Amino acid sequence: MTVIAPPAAPSFAADAVRSARHTLGVVLRQPALVLAWLIVAIAVGWAVAPGLFTSLSPYDGNPDAIFTPPTWEHPFGADRLGRDLFARAVYGAGTTLSATLVAVAIAFIFGTIIGLAAGYFGRFADTAIMRLVDVLLAVPGLLLAMVMVSVLGYSTRNVAIAVGIASIAGFARVMRAEVIEVMAQDYIRAADALGVSRARAVLRHVLPNSLNSVIALAALEVGSAILAVASLGFLGYGAPPPEPEWGLLVAEGRDYLGTYPWIAIMPALSLAAVVISAHRISVSLRKERRS
Amino acid sequence: MPKAESSVFARWRASGARLIQRHPVARYLTLKVGRAVFVIWATFTATFVLLYVFPADPVDLLVDPAAVGQVRGELREQLAATYGFDKPPLEQYLDRLGHALTGDFGNSVTSGKPVGHAIAETLPHTLVLAALALGAALLIAFALAVGATATRRPWLRNFLTSLPSAAVSIPSFMVAILLLQVFAFTFGWFPAFGDQGWRTMVLPVATLALPVSGPIAQLLIRSFEAELGASYIATSRAKGATRTRILTGDVFRNASLPALTIAGIVFGNLIAGSVITETVFSRQGVGRLTQTAISSLDVPLVQGVVVLVAAAFAAINLAVDLLYPLLDPRIRVSLAQGSAPAGASA
Repeated sequence: MTVIAPPAAPSFAADAVRSARHTLGVVLRQPALVLAWLIVAIAVGWAVAPGLFTSLSPYDGNPDAIFTPPTWEHPFGADRLGRDLFARAVYGAGTTLSATLVAVAIAFIFGTIIGLAAGYFGRFADTAIMRLVDVLLAVPGLLLAMVMVSVLGYSTRNVAIAVGIASIAGFARVMRAEVIEVMAQDYIRAADALGVSRARAVLRHVLPNSLNSVIALAALEVGSAILAVASLGFLGYGAPPPEPEWGLLVAEGRDYLGTYPWIAIMPALSLAAVVISAHRISVSLRKERRS
Repeated sequence: MPKAESSVFARWRASGARLIQRHPVARYLTLKVGRAVFVIWATFTATFVLLYVFPADPVDLLVDPAAVGQVRGELREQLAATYGFDKPPLEQYLDRLGHALTGDFGNSVTSGKPVGHAIAETLPHTLVLAALALGAALLIAFALAVGATATRRPWLRNFLTSLPSAAVSIPSFMVAILLLQVFAFTFGWFPAFGDQGWRTMVLPVATLALPVSGPIAQLLIRSFEAELGASYIATSRAKGATRTRILTGDVFRNASLPALTIAGIVFGNLIAGSVITETVFSRQGVGRLTQTAISSLDVPLVQGVVVLVAAAFAAINLAVDLLYPLLDPRIRVSLAQGSAPAGASA
């Protein structure tokens, strides 16, 4: 199929056709990437407006539906109280994804500030800050987050905070390396020679020019943060039982694996689909940034 | 004779300083050992603040949350005195630090056993599990990397190189549940729980190996590709070496070395993975011990485990930092010239 635009007038319509073809080309060349975006979009949709995707309640069970396997009516099946698992997964997206967002935001903001300070001030400040970052790196993130949640108290909010703090180190390291590279550039020295104040140089020149790879890392961190939040939920550190959190949903189905496997497997599959998609997207973003 | 002693000490210190100044290798050693010691001390201090000082009343943490209201008056004071909470924080800190230096982290609140014993009892189970999983992960990673580098079909290479990031993205608890569903419940090949015999090891080892293999495979694929482009490969090829000979002889040896730099990350993955794996498969081990210690807030045990993990991490990184120059002649040369070795710090 070929569409020939009238040669005399390169019109708006021709542009539209060309961009549509471009989009089609992208879809055909990278079907996996498009699918990944689609999955993430659906998950965000579930989180933002769960009512649009299901009319059932995530909390109220239907006694007639106890342990129903996946059907058209209950796409993910139903659990021991007859609660619709699809509704629970849809409403659970809000809990899990908002906790992820908070965690990544905490890691991004604090990591960037710490890395900027270390890279900009250098010398003693740099050594002191980076040795402290070493300490954060020495304890596995999951372990650190578990300890912090148990001290702060079990809740999804505290899980988000703990996962965020446990991921600061990575951001701080990347930001510091980037700042040191930017500081060596001629335009920073030029700004200095022109009499630009240090504070202004940092905010107007160093910060914006070093943010690129930290933003790429934030995209990558989304997947790992979802994993961490769900793992903590699975181990019982997150929201208490009636809440539909993804990790908790899997944990609730664990005892029925031999008999009613869908209770654990359907939420686990949706979780894995979102994490793999987030990972795939962040890799493609990194490649685009490089080229 | 304090004066003589101090002068001997001063001379010893001065000669030490001279040694460190003059010999790059001595400086490198001091720097790396100092860092490792600092990490362990700082972890101890941070866990002390988090677990003993930060909570409003540490006695509350010692007691079952449901029974907190019943613990008051004399009993509370008695508990505080037993654990030393009635002393000022600094005194408690120095006391605990002094004991920790001799390996004494106090007694577990739930079992009453010394923390060291509680960990030592469960450690062998986890070590066996982790060693087997690491072995399996290395096999998977090498097979993937060799496959992806050796194949001439682009689609197969794309597929193989995309596998490691998928392995990193799949939650280990989900791997455990899928394996249980398929191999324990549907086919009944392996038992679902317990820790007797090799058959109970298969599923936990597979669960732990998968996420651990991801980062190793990613690194190997990258360094295999980099090494294949190196000029010594072209030389080998010009001299008539076959593709297989180049891969197994030259690339394999040179590209495996960078894998050492992520030893610390791999260790962290094994620890975090063993928490999940041992919990799901109801196995004995440090991971499960950690999980129960944290969820019951067995403060001395939690501190012991966290400091032990940090110490192991620091020791592994130190070993890598010290071994790397011995294995890679390029870094040895740069060390001898007095410049900081690149790539050796993980």
